[in-house]
Amino acid sequence: MTDHHESNTGPAECGPSQPDRRTFMATAAGVTAALVAPGVIMHSVAGPRTEAVTSDVRWGLLVDTAKCADGCSACIEACDRENGLDLQTQPSGAQPTRWENQKSVWIRKVKLQDNQTGRVTNLPLMCQHCEHPPCVDVCPTGASFKRADGIVLVDRHTCIGCRYCMMACPYKARSFVHEVMSNQLTRVPRGKGCVESCTLCVHRRDYGEESTACVDACQAAGHEAIIFGDLKDPESPIRMRLAELASRQIREDLALNTGVRYAGF
Amino acid sequence: MKRIVYREWRVPPARYWSLLGILASVIGVAALAFAYMEHEGHWVTGMSNSVVWGVPHVFAVFLIISASGALNVASIGTVFRKPLYKPLGRLSGLLAAALLVGGLLVLVLDLGRPERLVVAMTTYNFRSIFAWNIFLYTGFMAIVIAYLWSMADRKGDPYNRAIGIVATFWRLALTTGTGAIFGFLVARQAYDAAILAPMFVVMSFAYGLAIYMLVLMFSFKEDDRPIGNRILFRLRNLLGIFVLSVFYFTLVYHLTKLYGAKNYDLVGWLLLDGGIYTFLFWVGWVLIGGLIPLGIIYHPIHGRDRNWIAAACGLVIVGGLSSLYVIIIGSQAYPIQMFPGQTILESGFFDGVQGAASSYSPRIPEVLLGFGGVAVALLVTAVGVRVLQFLPESLADEVMPPDEEASGRAAVGAQA
Repeated sequence: MTDHHESNTGPAECGPSQPDRRTFMATAAGVTAALVAPGVIMHSVAGPRTEAVTSDVRWGLLVDTAKCADGCSACIEACDRENGLDLQTQPSGAQPTRWENQKSVWIRKVKLQDNQTGRVTNLPLMCQHCEHPPCVDVCPTGASFKRADGIVLVDRHTCIGCRYCMMACPYKARSFVHEVMSNQLTRVPRGKGCVESCTLCVHRRDYGEESTACVDACQAAGHEAIIFGDLKDPESPIRMRLAELASRQIREDLALNTGVRYAGF
Repeated sequence: MKRIVYREWRVPPARYWSLLGILASVIGVAALAFAYMEHEGHWVTGMSNSVVWGVPHVFAVFLIISASGALNVASIGTVFRKPLYKPLGRLSGLLAAALLVGGLLVLVLDLGRPERLVVAMTTYNFRSIFAWNIFLYTGFMAIVIAYLWSMADRKGDPYNRAIGIVATFWRLALTTGTGAIFGFLVARQAYDAAILAPMFVVMSFAYGLAIYMLVLMFSFKEDDRPIGNRILFRLRNLLGIFVLSVFYFTLVYHLTKLYGAKNYDLVGWLLLDGGIYTFLFWVGWVLIGGLIPLGIIYHPIHGRDRNWIAAACGLVIVGGLSSLYVIIIGSQAYPIQMFPGQTILESGFFDGVQGAASSYSPRIPEVLLGFGGVAVALLVTAVGVRVLQFLPESLADEVMPPDEEASGRAAVGAQA
């Protein structure tokens, strides 16, 4: 009330300085609006990010190895672009062969041959987003964690870089950032001395986008060997395809219930 | 038997400060190596995404399990009531604490984010044996300090045995926990064996005792303090038993692996075809760390010679480092078997193409960091014995308490 009263009586008392003050107030309001508005707008646009992830969904992938083409690396290139891994540069002085084993790889192609039958299979291999991830079990600080929607991630703020999760991962899916970071994408923050792996393009999940970079690239390349979707939704394309195809998990003997399934081998 | 008198280490100052100077130099160089690795990132090491733990972990694990083993000597005196070992207890406790400090430093300084140690100390995932180990290590340190107090202070004497018993169980838990870090990893074939936990316990007995004996013999020789044959030969015989036990566990470990057809390739690779790992297994682990020390210990003439006994201790230590190199690094180098019955023709991430093992060659900075841990352990010990009364004036036979249970055998041993 006092403020209101003062503001009413103020102009009469202000005299000649009134226009200056009015201008100042207007400018200040404008500047404030200019500074605050983008944040408010972003906040409203990024609404879904503020909602807690629920276990109503479980994100996963189905790889149909019969469709995975020999020599194709579209998924790898797309993953690298999506997550800024293509920005990795070999530190000066690093030995090229060793660096190949030190740079981060989130998805790679593997070509197998059956010892008995000679049948050759190609497949992409990445974090399998296990229901019972060994990396999460062994992480001393809890930096390795599984989201309610099944995505296994590393909290880069609490990762101490002990690499025990890399020792524990049965899929060799994790990479350690061996070098000082000079180039990275805002949507995928990375940092020297932390462990990282496939996030199932979690930034897309959080913006409510469909699919992952590797799936899109595979589709664009005309192979459609990878399907992304909700493993819990019986109507989802991935579930319907899983119902048709015989599929398996890699290292099924460990009973980790992986979120990535493979068909055709 | 006389009263055991403990005195500070009284080596001439020039010699003492030279020793400290050498150790401090090694630590200084290790600190520079750490600064370099921390500044540049781990690409300057030989470690990679395939072999994620390298030489620093070999040194760290070696020092940590040796710390636990070094405390054994005190436990034998206190918990198992062997009066002969009582005078050895204080050095045992000091060495245990010093080795643990050295090992933990190496472990922490090799982290990708060593500055986040506070995160590791405040944020826990209790499903992780690693998190449990943080408590086991810090608890060990506290218990050893209490143990030392109970040994050195009259007021602590009534609690000595109780603390000793706690320390014994704690150290067993600690080494079991360290072995379990590897033993509970189902992902990698060579690790996935619970026997690694007790094997680490037995290894700790051998390596810890070997380090203890070397430190004891060196410090006594430098200060012209006598060590009688009775106690020295007892320790020597004990070392022999521990080395034999390591052999037994090594044998059972490999037999356990061989029992499953899925591991034939692994055992064949390790024992015959694994390059440096095969060499280190047979030459380092078996020959240098086992057969030669056993040959010395049980040799009728060399086994009585102090220089030979010291050599046996040194060889056990070299063998221990070799064993851990094979266990920690060799087990990572062997490719993870993700596709049984299939041969990997091509891979974008070194998945064992045509069964090939991952390569790893240690780089100088990581080796220096490891040596730095050893130097820290020795520096703490050297300062400890100099400023406090850890070392008995004499361990000569006539000074040492009688060991009732084995007095007959010890007498025979001393005569032989």
